[in-house]
Amino acid sequence: MKIDSQGMHYKVLNQKINEAVIQGITDIELFNVNGQRYIGDGLRKEVRINVHGVPGNDLGSFMNGPVITVNNNAQDAVGNTMNGGKIIIKGMAGDVCGYGMRGGKLFILKDAGYRVGIHMKGYKTLNPIIVIGGNAGDFLAEYMAGGVIILLRMFGRNDHNNIIGDYLGTGMHGGTVYIRDGIDKKKLGKGVGVSEPSAEDNMLIEDIIKEYAADMGLDAGKILNEKFEKLTALSTRPYSKLYTY
Amino acid sequence: MGIKPSTPYGKDFGGCGLVGIIDRSGGSLSGSMVVSSLCSMKERGNGLGSGYAVYGAYPDFKDSFGLHIMYNDISAREPVEEFLKTRLRIKHSEPVPVKKLHSMNTPPEFWRYFADPPEDLDVQDEDANDDLIVGVVMEINERIDNAYVVSSGKNLGVFKGVGHPDEIAEFFRMQDYKGYLLLGHTRFPTNTPGWWGGAHPFTILDWSIVHNGEISSYGTNKRYVEMFGYKCTLLTDTEVVAYLLDLLVRKKGLTLSAAASVLAPPFWKNIQDMEPPKKDYYTALRMCYGNASLNGPFAILMGFDNGILGLNDRIKLRPLIVGRKGDIVAIASEESAIREVIKEPEDVWAPKAGEPFIVKLKEDVTQVRST
Repeated sequence: MKIDSQGMHYKVLNQKINEAVIQGITDIELFNVNGQRYIGDGLRKEVRINVHGVPGNDLGSFMNGPVITVNNNAQDAVGNTMNGGKIIIKGMAGDVCGYGMRGGKLFILKDAGYRVGIHMKGYKTLNPIIVIGGNAGDFLAEYMAGGVIILLRMFGRNDHNNIIGDYLGTGMHGGTVYIRDGIDKKKLGKGVGVSEPSAEDNMLIEDIIKEYAADMGLDAGKILNEKFEKLTALSTRPYSKLYTY
Repeated sequence: MGIKPSTPYGKDFGGCGLVGIIDRSGGSLSGSMVVSSLCSMKERGNGLGSGYAVYGAYPDFKDSFGLHIMYNDISAREPVEEFLKTRLRIKHSEPVPVKKLHSMNTPPEFWRYFADPPEDLDVQDEDANDDLIVGVVMEINERIDNAYVVSSGKNLGVFKGVGHPDEIAEFFRMQDYKGYLLLGHTRFPTNTPGWWGGAHPFTILDWSIVHNGEISSYGTNKRYVEMFGYKCTLLTDTEVVAYLLDLLVRKKGLTLSAAASVLAPPFWKNIQDMEPPKKDYYTALRMCYGNASLNGPFAILMGFDNGILGLNDRIKLRPLIVGRKGDIVAIASEESAIREVIKEPEDVWAPKAGEPFIVKLKEDVTQVRST
């Protein structure tokens, strides 16, 4: 099903998408999207939504199942608190992507903004995954409690080199961040440890990157030909002393 | 004239979507362009304030100061005009054309005055002329009941009020204006009243400021600019940024980027890691102008006669993104607002937090304009 979103308010567009999903349509293609918020929010069916144009804030938040592909850039708060499914951004993404994410996958081809993966968490079989092909701004993985973030720094804008932010993993108390080709230790937040990935880690990285490369049309081998560094929390309760009365 | 009593709003301290568009070749952009860009972000405001700045609005009076004055009660017009005559030579005055809208109850009245400094003032002394205008603005805002200066720059028109961006644009007939630089703002007031004087842009001389966020350091900043004769009377934190810029750049002689580093200084932890002379430079800026630094979350656009400065707080607590196609550069809260007016941008990127993004008219254009 095709929807021309030109000049359409987000409420109307999202209503059309929801009606299509209720009718059992599984492939929805949106054209001329520009800034409409909340696309795919809260959807619980395994539908595919293909977006042409730049979708607005909170793309795919709370969703559990759909696969959203954006053939352009995305704005802020992509995948906010999402529970399952996959979002593929074939451009760059804004700030606070994957905020409080609890499951599913968020693949970004180019740069991501500030506070990506903040407060991400995993639980039992839920293990959210974010892959960023370019750089990320400050506060990546801040307060991270679970899940996996992989940062490649390969496909972003070069004139903002080192935008891999300050305060990386500040307050982290769970989950894992893998960074390709080393990091500047000065940028690390307090309470974050750096180690070499184990064989098991490398298998996980390889699995995720193969899927990412297939979705983006990239050569997985070129991404995997460099070493990764692993960041984990040094403590599962970094603020336990702070909050002791 | 005595000092006005405090306002019925009770609070006198401070708390959105924004966009700036410039044609670097100095060409004319229609006022409608900034309106359609801003309206695409209608969700960011709540109808309690919108406004626009048009640089290049008054080519027929481009060398005179253009004073836009808002009268909450038209009885204020007489004392204002009497006062203006004592300070300036008024070349031309007229009501700002508006379209009455059913959705607006009793909007204020707006007049504009094109004025020159008195003959005995040296016309070459730009700084003295500017000081005179700043004094006039402060005196009207502080002392004449029901009158507020909306803008006071040359070849600059600012149009703002309480309403959604499309309503304010219709009210002020934005489609009738053209300019080489346009700013727009839709407001979601948080800490301060949504009144006509509290809509953005906030201006002084050629500076106009639109802001998304909160200036938590407002009290400190306000007291600081007051020492230099600026009066904060518009009940919104953003006002102080206009005066800070005028103070830092025009009076203290700082460059725009130095002024931006005063407003959003690097953290001490980062200064410690720098090598001299960079380390000394940033240390000096923080030591000398600590009272001018802005705390709190913000994305700010600052328009001036030949460009736009965009600035985020140091930890990027508000969105700001830039797009470019040829000589047209737009900077906004959302990429969609840029794409609303630049269909296929050649480049789109987010400036780094705390680092100014400055776009200016091309140099040859600036020279033509200043002759």
